[in-house]
Amino acid sequence: MTGNTAQLIRMMAIFIPLLFIAGFYCVIATRSLIRALIGIEILTKAVTLLLVVAGYLTGRTAFSQACVITLITIEAVVLAVAAGLIVNAVQHTDSLDKRKLENLRG
Amino acid sequence: MTINLLLLMALTITALGSVLKKDLVKAAIALAVTSIILTILMFRLASPLAAVFELSVCAGLITVIFMSTISLTKPLTAQQEEERLHSRAKHFASLPVMVIAAAAVLVFVGIPTNFILPPAAPAGDVRNVLWNERQFDLVGQMLVVLAGCFGILVLFKERVKTTRRAGAAWMRAIPPTAAGDKFNNGAQAPMKDDEVVSETVPFESVGRKT
Repeated sequence: MTGNTAQLIRMMAIFIPLLFIAGFYCVIATRSLIRALIGIEILTKAVTLLLVVAGYLTGRTAFSQACVITLITIEAVVLAVAAGLIVNAVQHTDSLDKRKLENLRG
Repeated sequence: MTINLLLLMALTITALGSVLKKDLVKAAIALAVTSIILTILMFRLASPLAAVFELSVCAGLITVIFMSTISLTKPLTAQQEEERLHSRAKHFASLPVMVIAAAAVLVFVGIPTNFILPPAAPAGDVRNVLWNERQFDLVGQMLVVLAGCFGILVLFKERVKTTRRAGAAWMRAIPPTAAGDKFNNGAQAPMKDDEVVSETVPFESVGRKT
């Protein structure tokens, strides 16, 4: 393994977990529904970077790009539906606080 | 390598900024900047097509979705804003400390880099991989997009609101129509108690007060 490759692996192995920590912390600690979506977006960016780095190191950039394109498409759809759910939830509870969503009608 | 290191540091800082920013609009803009830096990194890592997707969808479309969602919600009152600031300081103060501690642990622990990578595969075309090797991924993407469209249509459609009028005493004041009188002069028959009335309620956004 060349020095450049080892350095790249070391850098990515430090910064990608930091992105994961930031994303997970944002989803768990926040009370705002929109900020929880921001946390999910950060997690997705960490996964995207991991896929691209894996493709670069193994030489299979075409396969990794195909996976990233699939991931981005699904991410956009999930975000759009989640945003719609948030707008409806705000209509019912008049607040972005996720603690107000306790009264679910079953 | 220095450029990659600087880009990764900028990526982490903007991601943390989008988490820690108080204003949601500024947080969404910080997320867009994070996407732009990630796009540059992806270009440098020989993934140009994925980088273009990331730029157009994540930095563009998703930012617009965030702005639309923020504009469809009501702004906080002064009291709610104060409560939120106190709770945010309590909840998010430990995140920068946690990130710095994790970075220090990862730097000083020593990540093994002497593992054997698989032999480099011949460079393929993304289009060839997507259409020939990953066909089920494309079918899955189409189904997800279709499901998302139906989801949005269901969430934002006009609802029929049914209400029960209990004890509609005011309706009893209307005199009943005479027996055998076909032309009742437009007077309606008195409504019974607990009669169900349906009305169509258009989708209303909880608008921001300007």
